[in-house]
Amino acid sequence: MTKTEYPRIGETVLTETLPNGLRVVIVPKPGYRKRYAFFTTRYGGMDMRFKLDGVWHDTPAGIAHYLEHKMFDTEDGDAMQALSLNGAEPNAFTANSMTAYYFDCTEHFEENLRVLLSFVSVPYFTQESVDKERGIIAQEIRMTEDGPDWRVYKNLLACLYRSNPARVPIAGTVESIQEITPETLYACHKAFYAPSNMLLCVVGNVDADTVLSIANEVLPAEPGEPIERDYGAEEELSVFQKSMTFPMEIASPQFLVGFKCPAGDDDLFRQSLIGELACDILLGDSSPLFMRLYDEGLINGSFGGDFDQLPGVAYLFAGGECKEPEKVSQAIMDEAARLAREGVDETFYQQIRRANFGASLRSLGSFENIAVGMADGYFRGFDPYRFPEVYDSITKADIEAFLRENIVEERRAISMLVPKSEANA
Amino acid sequence: MRTVRKELSPGVFFNYIPAKKFKNGLLSVQLLMPISAETVAPGALLPAVLRRGTERCRDMRALSCALDLLYGAGLSYTVRKKGENQCFGFLMSFIDDQYALGGEKLLEPSADLLGEVLLRPATENGAFLPAYVDGEKDNLTDAIRSILDDKRDYADKRLIEEMCRGERYGIPRLGTEEAVAALDSAALYDFYQRILMTAHMELFYCGSAEQERVEDALRHGLRGLPHGERVEPTRSIRVAAPAQPRYLDETMDVTQGKLSLGFRAPAEDEHAMLLANLVFGGYSNSKLFLNVREKLSLCYYASSAYHRSKGIVTVSSGIEFADYQRAHDEILSQLKAVQAGDFEPRELDGAKSVLINAIRSREDSGMRMEENTLGQAATGLWEDEETLIADLQAVTPERVAAAAQSMALDTVYFLKGEGDAK
Repeated sequence: MTKTEYPRIGETVLTETLPNGLRVVIVPKPGYRKRYAFFTTRYGGMDMRFKLDGVWHDTPAGIAHYLEHKMFDTEDGDAMQALSLNGAEPNAFTANSMTAYYFDCTEHFEENLRVLLSFVSVPYFTQESVDKERGIIAQEIRMTEDGPDWRVYKNLLACLYRSNPARVPIAGTVESIQEITPETLYACHKAFYAPSNMLLCVVGNVDADTVLSIANEVLPAEPGEPIERDYGAEEELSVFQKSMTFPMEIASPQFLVGFKCPAGDDDLFRQSLIGELACDILLGDSSPLFMRLYDEGLINGSFGGDFDQLPGVAYLFAGGECKEPEKVSQAIMDEAARLAREGVDETFYQQIRRANFGASLRSLGSFENIAVGMADGYFRGFDPYRFPEVYDSITKADIEAFLRENIVEERRAISMLVPKSEANA
Repeated sequence: MRTVRKELSPGVFFNYIPAKKFKNGLLSVQLLMPISAETVAPGALLPAVLRRGTERCRDMRALSCALDLLYGAGLSYTVRKKGENQCFGFLMSFIDDQYALGGEKLLEPSADLLGEVLLRPATENGAFLPAYVDGEKDNLTDAIRSILDDKRDYADKRLIEEMCRGERYGIPRLGTEEAVAALDSAALYDFYQRILMTAHMELFYCGSAEQERVEDALRHGLRGLPHGERVEPTRSIRVAAPAQPRYLDETMDVTQGKLSLGFRAPAEDEHAMLLANLVFGGYSNSKLFLNVREKLSLCYYASSAYHRSKGIVTVSSGIEFADYQRAHDEILSQLKAVQAGDFEPRELDGAKSVLINAIRSREDSGMRMEENTLGQAATGLWEDEETLIADLQAVTPERVAAAAQSMALDTVYFLKGEGDAK
């Protein structure tokens, strides 16, 4: 295995690509009792259209998530139960461009790892089991749809993007999942769950050679075919729809304002750190704008923002509970224009950079954060543990250019939720 | 892991957990007092107002900047319920000294800032700044109203309120809108001064620094803490279920119904009760998960929780409105199975593994150790980890069934959609 030391953050990482193309990343954690395995495929809610065996497939919204649910079924029972009998509560999630299965445990790690690798790589679906799951997933979708945080976010993406699949809900809709059959699930598993499209990350005190030999033994020898994906045409930077207002059974109105940024393909990591720094400088807890809006009672502690990237997608967003979203959104644009015009204060810039470095470091306390970061970096072509060096390379001129270019009217969309009681009044 | 617990001054305890493996240190200062209808609202408001500004950092921006300079340290206020005690205070997380770019020390300035937020607030004419109090009253009112936004939390909260009406446990953690509205700057300041002298205090540190250094840092940070007669945390009172369970429902415009059930579970064999709850509905191999969710597809989630300090079990589930009766009956019939000892050895073994795994892995998280320490301090139930694990391993199916038999249905709460006939 290749061993890389990261002295600035006190970490060591072992990596290897197996003959079948599987990327294995091991992050040793001396002193911890818990061991954590994270097995993931570069396949998520956005991957609805792809080419397999020379043929383009269009699959229903929500299929990656449906597949995630059904992967726990095995011919001789249920993998979740097998793992939890060993004290390892397994879990899984489907994101926009990743599906992951993971567990942590203090005992029986090797046995549990075998179960994990085996149930994720061997599909077993029947018409009956697929039909039965529909009710459970429909309930999950309904529950999600009742959640204001999800709704305000999804509406924002639907405003920002015309055709990119990021605007489609990851779990699909109660209608779209009706079309899912065992055959489509098998086809998606074949396309996306091949070792060369996957990554295994293990965090904790483990023997690296044993992990490799278990992976070699349990997983298929064939790497699988490279997959072509279609996320639709590259989008213009103007937004699809300026705003959307949605009534819900909630106590206080909420909003999210988003600014569409160039999706970019060179140095995504640097772009993401610039976006995050710009967001904190513009409207973070220690920014002059945050203070002013908070003092005026326009925002409360729920207010916050971030920068996010997905295939073909990049946007800065901010929001929270707020009674006058248009006013706050305008204030954000005015402040960005001021910073672009007058420049960012050098001392403040250094302070935010130091704070973000510390926050990045503190996030490594979570094994899940470590593994998700490793997988995301690998799938998108960067090393997430290089963040100290990337921060070194960013200057305040980068931040000013980012704000000048992106935080403008044409790129802005706003998603608002209003309480039903007010909507009816 | 070696934990040190010592009383720094009467009613003020320091818990020290050395750990070199973490990237960050964690400091916590918590005040505990028995829950009462009069003190929950000021107790919830106070830490939010204190977090607004100090003598030195007069406003939130100045505080945020101070935290930025400590490498993005996190300082959050907490309002928690542990048994029938309200706990509020502050948690501070900061990177370990070894990663500071200039080799500076971060523990001491962090402890200072923590002490400053608690003891040296921004004041005006001998009270809190009215603007801060008013602003945080609005925020707290919004937070109380927003419990409605997460229907799962809302249903669970309503169940506890109804089931434990008249008990400390049934008093809402954040108080009521009316109680918040009645507070003003002067009243809150009086409450603050009283509470600093009378609340039981728990200090906590987990990280790489030596004990003496942490104690010095905390003593310095907390200089000026007044002395007084501190009230010990209260022990929860156990109450029997009514002869007939109470049924309540509420209607709202939601797409998914929420069914919550509350049971009294006074079993004295609490270790067996921990496992009985897991077998019933507490993990992914439980009867509720496997039968109500997986086998019958009656709901997206159905799980149970044992509130050990209070001796109750709650079940929460999300269902189609039309499935109300079936889900209700199925949940109760699964409980009967546990009470009858009708479970496989693997169901109990799995429960033991999951629980023991959770106990063992606690030491990998400073936050979980803090939470656990606070819970033990509030309930007075200090358990040695290895003794606990050994006893859990020895629990028999008979003990589990006997503990489950103590469970009696008290209250059923159903949140249903508009226009749906039940």
